[in-house]
Amino acid sequence: MNNWRHHWRKIKSAIVSGFCLISAGVVIAPLALVLFYLLKAGASSLDPHFFTQLPKPVGESGGGMANAIVGSLTLLGLAALVGIPIGVLAGVYLSEFGSPRMKWAVRFAADILNGTPSIVWGIVVYALVVLPMQGYSAYAGGLALGFMMIPIITRTTEEMLALVPNGYREAAFALGIPHWRIVLNVVLKTASRGIITGILLAAARVAGETAPLLFTAFGNSFWSHRLSEPIAALPLQIYVYAISPYDDWHRQAWAGALVLILFALALNIGVRVVTRGRLGFFAGRRIQPASTSGPG
Amino acid sequence: MNAAAVSGKAGSPARWALAPPGKAGDKFFRLLTWLMAMMVVVLLALVGCTLWSGSRLAIAKFGWHFFVHSNWDPVNGDFGALPFIFGTFVSSFLGLLIALPLSLATAVYLTELAPGWVRQPAISMIEMLAAIPSVVFGLWGALVLVPWLQQGPYPLLTKYFGFLPFFQGRSYGPCMISAAVIIAIMILPIITSISREVFRAVPDSQREAAFALGATRWEVTRLAVLRYSIRGIFGAAMLGLGRALGETMAVTMVIGNWPEISKSLFSYGYTLASGIANEFAETTSDIHRSALFELGLMLLLVTVVTNVLAHMLIGAVGARKHAGI
Repeated sequence: MNNWRHHWRKIKSAIVSGFCLISAGVVIAPLALVLFYLLKAGASSLDPHFFTQLPKPVGESGGGMANAIVGSLTLLGLAALVGIPIGVLAGVYLSEFGSPRMKWAVRFAADILNGTPSIVWGIVVYALVVLPMQGYSAYAGGLALGFMMIPIITRTTEEMLALVPNGYREAAFALGIPHWRIVLNVVLKTASRGIITGILLAAARVAGETAPLLFTAFGNSFWSHRLSEPIAALPLQIYVYAISPYDDWHRQAWAGALVLILFALALNIGVRVVTRGRLGFFAGRRIQPASTSGPG
Repeated sequence: MNAAAVSGKAGSPARWALAPPGKAGDKFFRLLTWLMAMMVVVLLALVGCTLWSGSRLAIAKFGWHFFVHSNWDPVNGDFGALPFIFGTFVSSFLGLLIALPLSLATAVYLTELAPGWVRQPAISMIEMLAAIPSVVFGLWGALVLVPWLQQGPYPLLTKYFGFLPFFQGRSYGPCMISAAVIIAIMILPIITSISREVFRAVPDSQREAAFALGATRWEVTRLAVLRYSIRGIFGAAMLGLGRALGETMAVTMVIGNWPEISKSLFSYGYTLASGIANEFAETTSDIHRSALFELGLMLLLVTVVTNVLAHMLIGAVGARKHAGI
């Protein structure tokens, strides 16, 4: 009896372990499947024209997404102009200055904004920018993406600055350096790799966003010559092609998705290589003072 | 040479160091960072106020009736949000129902069972899954997953579970379950990575104590790990739910976009987010646009509630993971 129970407990443990293993496989399977189809359907429709030509009308095969690629990069640039200064400086405030109550409020706001659905950003910027300017524009799209970047960069910057040892700050204070110079030249400089990582991750995340651009950048089948005009973006173009009933357009959508995902993955993998784990930037910094003080 | 250089320059840095640092720069810099931090708070208020003012027209016209009325008729200007609320909650909870057990089991595998050489690659792959944009999931879902589901699993569900009202009728592909499956895939990474962090926070002494009592691996996991981190598991589920409720593009592409309330999960549906995404650019009347703004306001409130609950449950770990670090 006792022996039987013992066996049953072991069997139960093995069953659950098996279930956990299978679950891990099931969780990873979609990644493999998505990548497989992207490569299968995307790579075959990906040619040099894709990067150099404008989209062709229905019925004509070929064409590319040159305007959408440039458009996405433009929007990312505009977003960075909004997101990076506000995000980094707000992060500095949280880590270096700030009363407890204010810090709580900013952190709370940033966390809520982080969880705000992307479509909400779309209609908010529509009401704030598109309606007053009476037209869809690259400005509106860039602003929507920039708004999304702010909370991400704020929180990552704060985390990274918190990792800088207080000894660095105290040493700088002891030299009589003004506080703001300490923040700029000691604290931010020490954490710079971590902050850049955060910025790149934020960029990778908003680069694939479609919903905030639907009613702001709107999309454009041609080149846009001014930032006050509607502008094409890679995710938007993929969406339009994907919901169309044409096989040619579906192929273009796959190719576009492949380019988009390679861009996002490259940023992500690049970041992980640069940082080598969460504290990686710091391990690198620790080595440097030792090697420079050696010869002296 | 060295000495001369040092003595020549010695005066100036010393004077500079001994003089009290100027207060103007500090004040300015502090004010600048304060302003930028304030911007984050103001931005949240701005989002809320914009949605509120955008939806004023619909709120004035329909009042509370908006939430229980199920007719959505842009032509006659009659709007009720019930089909959207219904679709959002059904697809999200169904998605969570699929994703939660899988994510927890994966997190258990990664923290308790997996050999070292499997762990890191698997974690990286799950993080990559989180990096795939919504529209790419939508493309894959609409062109590959949904046609496959329609041919394989859906007829099986009808055959064996057809007696349940949920699985009656015929699926045309895009439907509530398709949306739930896509949502499940998209929230798997966040729930997995947060529950993994939560499990990792369980002290090893808990596990060792259970092992010492002769518990099997599963018993250790159940008694020492899962029970210890029940709060964090709820938090992870909440955060996943928050993501699911707001998921837009992929859902829009596989749910069928039709405002109806049906018992059958094979029928078309609509969610708050997909309603806005699908109709906002084509609004013909102010009241239609205002009704869509009110859907947005609802969506914001629901995600705020889930996120606040999630953060209360998991604390800093979740906030960090949530920011994508």
